[in-house]
Amino acid sequence: MMRNTEERRLTVAELLPACEELLAQGGRMSMAWGWFPGSAAREICYLAAPGPRRPFVLWRCGVTDETLPSLAVRAPALSWHEREISDLCGIPFSGHPKGHPLVLHAGAEPVTPPLNPAYPREVGMPFTRRRAHAPDVAGSDIQELPFGPVRADVTESAQFLFFYLGEHILHYLPRLFFKHRGMEKRFAGLTAELGVVLAERVSGVGSVAHALAYCQAVEAAGGCEVPPRARWLRVLMAELERLYNHLHYFGHLADTTTLKVGQAEGKLLEERVKQINAITGSRFLRNLLVPGGLRRDIHLYAGLATELGRLQKDVNAYLKQLAHTGSYLDRLITTGVLDREMALAQGATGPVARASGLDEDVRRDHAYAAYADMDMDVRVPLRTAGDANARAEVRAEEIEVSFALLLRLLVRLPAGEVRAACQPAASAEGLGWSESPRGALFYAVHFDEQGKLARVKIRSPSFSNWRVFQYTVRDSNMMDYAINEASFGLTIAGCDR
Amino acid sequence: MPVWTLFGLTRPVASTRWPGEGGDDGQAGVQGLPRHHADKCDNGCRECVAACLPGALTRKAGDEARLNVDYGRCIACQMCVEVCPTGAMESSEDWAFAVRDREDLKWQEALQTPPAQALKARIEGAFRNSLYIRHVDFGSCNGCESELQALNNPFYNLHRLGIFFTPSPRFADILLVTGSGTYAMRDVLLATYEAMPEPKWVMAMGTCAVSGGIAAGGYSSGHGLEGVLPVDIWLPGCPPNPAAIIHALLMLLERAPQRVRGGRCE
Repeated sequence: MMRNTEERRLTVAELLPACEELLAQGGRMSMAWGWFPGSAAREICYLAAPGPRRPFVLWRCGVTDETLPSLAVRAPALSWHEREISDLCGIPFSGHPKGHPLVLHAGAEPVTPPLNPAYPREVGMPFTRRRAHAPDVAGSDIQELPFGPVRADVTESAQFLFFYLGEHILHYLPRLFFKHRGMEKRFAGLTAELGVVLAERVSGVGSVAHALAYCQAVEAAGGCEVPPRARWLRVLMAELERLYNHLHYFGHLADTTTLKVGQAEGKLLEERVKQINAITGSRFLRNLLVPGGLRRDIHLYAGLATELGRLQKDVNAYLKQLAHTGSYLDRLITTGVLDREMALAQGATGPVARASGLDEDVRRDHAYAAYADMDMDVRVPLRTAGDANARAEVRAEEIEVSFALLLRLLVRLPAGEVRAACQPAASAEGLGWSESPRGALFYAVHFDEQGKLARVKIRSPSFSNWRVFQYTVRDSNMMDYAINEASFGLTIAGCDR
Repeated sequence: MPVWTLFGLTRPVASTRWPGEGGDDGQAGVQGLPRHHADKCDNGCRECVAACLPGALTRKAGDEARLNVDYGRCIACQMCVEVCPTGAMESSEDWAFAVRDREDLKWQEALQTPPAQALKARIEGAFRNSLYIRHVDFGSCNGCESELQALNNPFYNLHRLGIFFTPSPRFADILLVTGSGTYAMRDVLLATYEAMPEPKWVMAMGTCAVSGGIAAGGYSSGHGLEGVLPVDIWLPGCPPNPAAIIHALLMLLERAPQRVRGGRCE
């Protein structure tokens, strides 16, 4: 029984009708994963979000030898989830619109599906690279450009395949998962306490969001109460993480629109937050979160509020300057438009979804840590234009909200303990989530009969948004590509895991 | 219409003078790799070994009482410091952990390795004032990339030291690798190395690139650059902070001394 969510058991035949009913009532499918609960048993799990502020519902379905119906034909947001389950769990789907592998590169030949516990733990997959899947695009003047996986200055590895005619992009395909490290499998066999060290290292710039969603999943499984001071300090860490990520985002966006001073200022402001982060002992706010609270208290020095106030003033001046720069706005407005319907169907999340008119933020809708105790609403900025400018404006307003949360928190932070014991029982299960700087992040945690981790599923916001992003590239210009990509603010480590 | 040039000119100088006299390294309060005090170690206690996720702490084979400490596997998560009942693992701010010889990352009772050798053939003379880096992400968590990107922010301002990133391996002097080494990046990394002209160097940045770190082994990850490429500089850290990266690059150019020998930081 998974905690923190309602639960429904479905048969294979009931899956498609249930999905259709959910969508007809305005719900969304959030994620899907497969796992191996017993020696021969396989189970597929779907997380359904019936509507704003309504509890999540977990659908569970035992899998025998039959093929599962693809739900991606109705809920396209599940498309990559199903392909990942085929690759890693060996569960086939019938009727999937694009059946080729996603996570495993062409030429990888695991002896058994890698997530099967029977797969030997320290044995690498044999791999001889074969030609990757590419769409059939023909025409005498059409250029094909495979860009990457090693590209530009300091970037994460991924390859982007462009088919273009002059400036016009006819077709675009991101080839990801070069960096697939098999992180979900690495959790298997660990204690709940050690698992957090791993969760912090799934996506470095999302260390807090990942660790927090993981801890909350474990705490749900174990029914643990986190002391108030720890819950408040978790908000402090999560908002500092949002600040340095969003400031990095503006520095990068200014870079792609060739504003060199704007780039330098954004990166300098990011550096100032990273140096403030050192109050936790780590520039990435690592090594502090643990199931049950925090590993130790944070010493908040007296001048911290003043320093944040000074930073806020400089950030406001910077963002105002950007918002009044014609050359910058020219490149953002109408670039990479994602309409509401596409955002909803393909599973957009975070600032990307909010810029396309989807009013959602798990900090407000499914409050966790101390977000519900601060006597202030978490304001959720919205835009409807769905272009690069809307995505930037949403983030700019989120920075304001973060500062407001941080400054209030420093005044009202309760005293007391920061850690409670937390050891989930054997076979316990829990769901956890957090609003990372890039959107909603989910961890589903299953424990085994010894009380060790059996299966950990991560749904990162970048996994969702990379899927959505490609649809804004087709029929756009090569010149706008870098700006459009920067406006989505994606990570690759989070997506590839 | 705002004038960005003016905006820039009205700001004070943001760059640190570090590693010059009196410069700020920007690392105040950042916890580094824990120090080992063998004399305080309680023989037979296994608390830290069980708490060390990447296996940096192990028991010596045949001598169960002795602890092996390999900083090439350490991710500075501080778990050992928290569980050690006798203070044999102590929190520190040691981060300048770049070494030329991988063995220097392993804690030694007495120093056995000879002092770090000057780089072979002294080619570095030609590069002492300028160095071009080609970075390759070999399967990282993006923490290392975040700190590499920080090198070009106004505070660290790497250009002032004559060190630059280049998009093309053809122009690169050093291949800087991050990440644990995924199967799908291996041929890509080797092709990038092949494309670089001689003379060329390789730096393994971050614990993942040194040993595989928390992602070592398994179905899709390797053990960093171990057995993949000849490495000239090993720099563990999770991630190494910008000052540590600058120190490692200057060490390669023989503009800074090696600070760690036998697992001990000066």
